[in-house]
Amino acid sequence: MSNDTIITPGETRPSVHATKGFSSKGYRPLAEVLLLLLIIVFCIFPFYWMVTTSLKTQLEALASPPSWIFEPTFANYIQVLFKDNVGQSLVNSLIVAVCTTALALILGTPAAYALSRFEFRRKKDLWFWFITNRMVSPIVLALPFFLIVRKLGMLDSHIVLILIYLTFNLPIVIWICTDQFRSIPWDLDEAAVLDGAKPFRIFWKICLPLAAPGIAVSAIFSFIFSWNELMYALVLTRKVAKTAPAMAVGFMEGYNLPYGKIMATSTLIVIPVIVFALIASKHLVRGLTMGAVK
Amino acid sequence: MLKIRHPRLTCLAFIGPAVISLLTIGIGPLAFAVYTSLHRYQLTNLRRTPFLGLENYQTVLSDYVFWEAMGRTMKLLIIVLPIQIIIGIGIALLLHKPGMSVLRTLTRLSLVIPMATTYAVVGLLGQVTFNIKYGVVNQLIGFLGFAPVNWIGDPNNAFIAICFWDIWQWTPFCSLVLLAGLTMVPVEVEEAARLETRNWWTVLRYVQFPFLIPGLTAILILRTADTLKLFDMVFTMTRGGPGSATELISLMIQRVGFRGFDQGLASAQAIILLALTIILSQLYIRFFYREV
Repeated sequence: MSNDTIITPGETRPSVHATKGFSSKGYRPLAEVLLLLLIIVFCIFPFYWMVTTSLKTQLEALASPPSWIFEPTFANYIQVLFKDNVGQSLVNSLIVAVCTTALALILGTPAAYALSRFEFRRKKDLWFWFITNRMVSPIVLALPFFLIVRKLGMLDSHIVLILIYLTFNLPIVIWICTDQFRSIPWDLDEAAVLDGAKPFRIFWKICLPLAAPGIAVSAIFSFIFSWNELMYALVLTRKVAKTAPAMAVGFMEGYNLPYGKIMATSTLIVIPVIVFALIASKHLVRGLTMGAVK
Repeated sequence: MLKIRHPRLTCLAFIGPAVISLLTIGIGPLAFAVYTSLHRYQLTNLRRTPFLGLENYQTVLSDYVFWEAMGRTMKLLIIVLPIQIIIGIGIALLLHKPGMSVLRTLTRLSLVIPMATTYAVVGLLGQVTFNIKYGVVNQLIGFLGFAPVNWIGDPNNAFIAICFWDIWQWTPFCSLVLLAGLTMVPVEVEEAARLETRNWWTVLRYVQFPFLIPGLTAILILRTADTLKLFDMVFTMTRGGPGSATELISLMIQRVGFRGFDQGLASAQAIILLALTIILSQLYIRFFYREV
């Protein structure tokens, strides 16, 4: 099959994306549809399996071979939420994620504004620190954190996690918001300066409201990263401040694993993340590559 | 662009709080890690923490356990990354074609799901679906006529299971990054190229590929960094086992630091890992933020 046809002047111009690879025209769209469906199934199937397993009784969850058709029950959810403290751990996760996100925004947005508007030394170093944070493994900091927090007698408290999560939230907030502030025209600042407004007033009254979309996206990212975090939570919490992922890991003990309970907890953890990620799906690539890929 | 000159105090007021908090929570513990790495620092014996100099580093660098864990981490990367990139390009090309916009949008949205799934949950899902007896994967390959496979319990298969879930979670990321590259190709250029040739490979190689290079570079560096970071998914699925078959570098440091109780040694390992990470992020900056 020769694909390398040169179009001669007499021929009709094929549309840009006409026949690529397959020669028979009726066959191609069908193959494409099947491929797209295959991708969708591949992406969604584990999620589907998680949700259905969470709706099974322990007996059905441990059926061999696994059963596909069964009577759904919410028993696992009732069990984990009200008897196994997963409810409390979800509340803990929520407290930690919301507080650390709020703190990152309070500290990060002024810094981002300064990065986009002011000139100062060490700007480059600051930037380098942000990028390194994107790459550094939490295990590098987990051990010193553990030793310090243990010395201070602050193991198993929300505030420790809230502060530690700033190590990755603050850079992401500052980075996304700097980008956003840069896109706001300078004329507004200049006009306000001519009117005699103070820098903080310009930031608070003019630029911050205009940067709302970027701030929302950075808040979503910060929330997702904190909500998903496992290593610090595993190391630094025991009972009172235990977050949901650490709780779910705790179920993986012994021989007859409570599959239904594990998957119910997993579903409760994952659903809010997926909702937020779908909301921010347009910014996912930019956020995960720190803006290197737009 | 002219920037407004501000007194130093104003700058400080805006940026100070963020910098000070990052220094306290980021650099402070790091300094402490450097300190412990230079001492014999064991939680079981905190009374005596003699200064060792670089002895811990020497121990780490000549320790085959460390290099094996590093080797496993790199092995995972070398197996997984080409697959993720090739499938990623395929999906990106498929999504880049016009027509069937509803189905394509649905596909793009479903790609978000693996990326958004909590890493720890991916590991739990791995346990449940790859279980030898109750797992759906063995049932599905049973339909194809294969005997049940002991995924988590066998060293080689456990490694394959980890590769599988890494591919599941991060191929969507690769395809979305590469799709972003494809949309950067000017429409006129692509149209002109398609008038010249009907061969999709020629178009990909000579017209689209140059636009994919930034994305590929980003994938290469970020995926390397992420694999060095990889902990949650493996920890929840195999705990590094069986034996040490899936003990990647972060799991190894975690074991030495929290279960082996030689914090000085673990700190030295962590600092070496950090040095690697800094090299990687320098590379990233060189490639992408030349103007900053």
